[in-house]
Amino acid sequence: MTAILDSAVDPIVERRRAVQAAAASSLRRRKLGSMVALGICWLFLAIAIVPLVAVVVYVMAKGLPAWNTDFFTKSTTPEGVPGGGVWNAIVGTAVITTVATAVAVPLGLLCGLFLAESDGRAAQTLRFTADVMTGIPSITVGIFGYIAIVRNFGYSGLAGAFAVGFIMLPVIIRAGETAFRGVPRSLNEAAMALGARRATIARRVVVPTALPGVITGVLLAIARGLGETAPLLLTIFGNQYLQWNPTKPMSALPTLIYSYSSQPFADLVQVAWGAALLLMTVVLVLSIGSRLLAAYLQKERR
Amino acid sequence: MTTVETPVPRKTRQRGRWSLPDNGYRGLLAVVAILFGALAVWFLVAVILQALPAFSTLGFGWIFGRVWDPSHGKYGLLPFIVGTLEATAIAVTLAFPIGLGTAITLAFLVPARIRPFLSTMVELLAAVPSVVYGLWGLIVLAPIFRDSVEPFLTSILGWTGLFNGPDSGTSLLLAGVILFIMILPTMVAISRDVLIVVPVEQVEGAMALGATRWQVLRKVVLPEARTGILGAFTLATGRALGETVAVAMVIGNSPYIAHSLKSSAATIPSLIVNNFGESTGTELSALFGAGLVLLVIGIVVNSAARWLVSSTGHESAGVEVGR
Repeated sequence: MTAILDSAVDPIVERRRAVQAAAASSLRRRKLGSMVALGICWLFLAIAIVPLVAVVVYVMAKGLPAWNTDFFTKSTTPEGVPGGGVWNAIVGTAVITTVATAVAVPLGLLCGLFLAESDGRAAQTLRFTADVMTGIPSITVGIFGYIAIVRNFGYSGLAGAFAVGFIMLPVIIRAGETAFRGVPRSLNEAAMALGARRATIARRVVVPTALPGVITGVLLAIARGLGETAPLLLTIFGNQYLQWNPTKPMSALPTLIYSYSSQPFADLVQVAWGAALLLMTVVLVLSIGSRLLAAYLQKERR
Repeated sequence: MTTVETPVPRKTRQRGRWSLPDNGYRGLLAVVAILFGALAVWFLVAVILQALPAFSTLGFGWIFGRVWDPSHGKYGLLPFIVGTLEATAIAVTLAFPIGLGTAITLAFLVPARIRPFLSTMVELLAAVPSVVYGLWGLIVLAPIFRDSVEPFLTSILGWTGLFNGPDSGTSLLLAGVILFIMILPTMVAISRDVLIVVPVEQVEGAMALGATRWQVLRKVVLPEARTGILGAFTLATGRALGETVAVAMVIGNSPYIAHSLKSSAATIPSLIVNNFGESTGTELSALFGAGLVLLVIGIVVNSAARWLVSSTGHESAGVEVGR
């Protein structure tokens, strides 16, 4: 700017000064507003992290003292009888989850393959059904398990596995579909050009390529199935003795935590904490493991 | 399945391994898909059929009855519907601003180096079983609420009338707070997913015009992601409505309409889980009816949520944390 221009009483320059002043004050105001708003966002992050971390830390602190050899090898004992463990509940949860997984994974992956290969009306309806089913209240699935299995065959581990598998199924379907859809079209077309059958393409091209996503989805579904409590409360009845036979009433870790937590006896509450730590550890290890495995498989491939 | 494998000339087999012909393969997939559809229909029909006796003996009016007293033949579902809505309302009132703020921070403000760590942490916490949150709420939070939080809130907010009655610990308030903690990861993870897919050109355009970071968020990113955020919110609401064990452990389970945040209450899921074991006849059917009401609410809310999230074009949103 030259001095002549600045000193002149020129309406244009006056106007420019006014605009610059207004802009400067607007910028100051907007910057302050931005700082305050973003500060609140940071505060909310802190508020969100604290309780979530507190749960994990607290369960570890309370649960670790309950862990000893008896805890993992003996069955539950009544209040006041020392030396009890949760072996029966561990077996119950393992058997129920294994059966549920064994049924839900093949069904879910085939269904996911179907959805990934079709875009018709029926496929859209099924996709929406699966999406909605991942969010329906789990207690209603427990009711279904009761009506469908318990009414006819009595309380059993299988009834619980049915309900848990029903909850896992839509999760696996959608995760499978997402993974299968991620397979590049060109790979499919190359296989087709070689004259491969669709089943061969699925087995030799689509599934191997989508494997990282599939494994992640399945492990996450298992992690979810492990923690389901409400459906089991209506279906497996509970059992204080060791039971390997899934056609009989069984115990499970989530239901054990639920029933022991409201007991007025310190030793049973202690067992509940130990079981909660065990359940949480397994679920978190599965969740973290699935991520690491997927990342590793992705890297391997490149 | 429906089609039998036809004999195939040996030379077209690959490495001697079994392979279905195309129509057989498609048939197999279709059969499995139909099986899944049938399972879903069976689920719905089974619950409706078992709930019917309650509706035929009690009429539709029982849904709005105010008294639940099976020993005198009174089955009013209203206290539980109100309890479910109240607990959910507390949870989402807290989870919406805090979850959205956290999502914004995770998506845009946190340094890129620790972003994956924090995001993963929040997502992992969605995997912690609800019964663990319930145990923590009952044993750890309930005494704190009884001795400090409730007296404190009463002293500063008592005039609102929301905090009448004795400090109980296990209360509507605690149930709402536990639900808030449980649905927070859902809200955060899905909101973040829809926030980060906002086109970068729009963000850069706004920045080039001299907008501050907050203005970019407020005027460009949030409006663009509005539908997806609403979807995340609805999904989180659905999860809160259907949560069973954690709520049943901390809400106190009394079958009356709560007029104070400090009084105990009950929700539809807690009603079912607490009374299922010893019910027969009409009461059992009424519990199935309660389950049907819950199921209908759950289907409506989740359908809305999925529709909202999918209309943002973010295909995988909610698959990993879809609980």
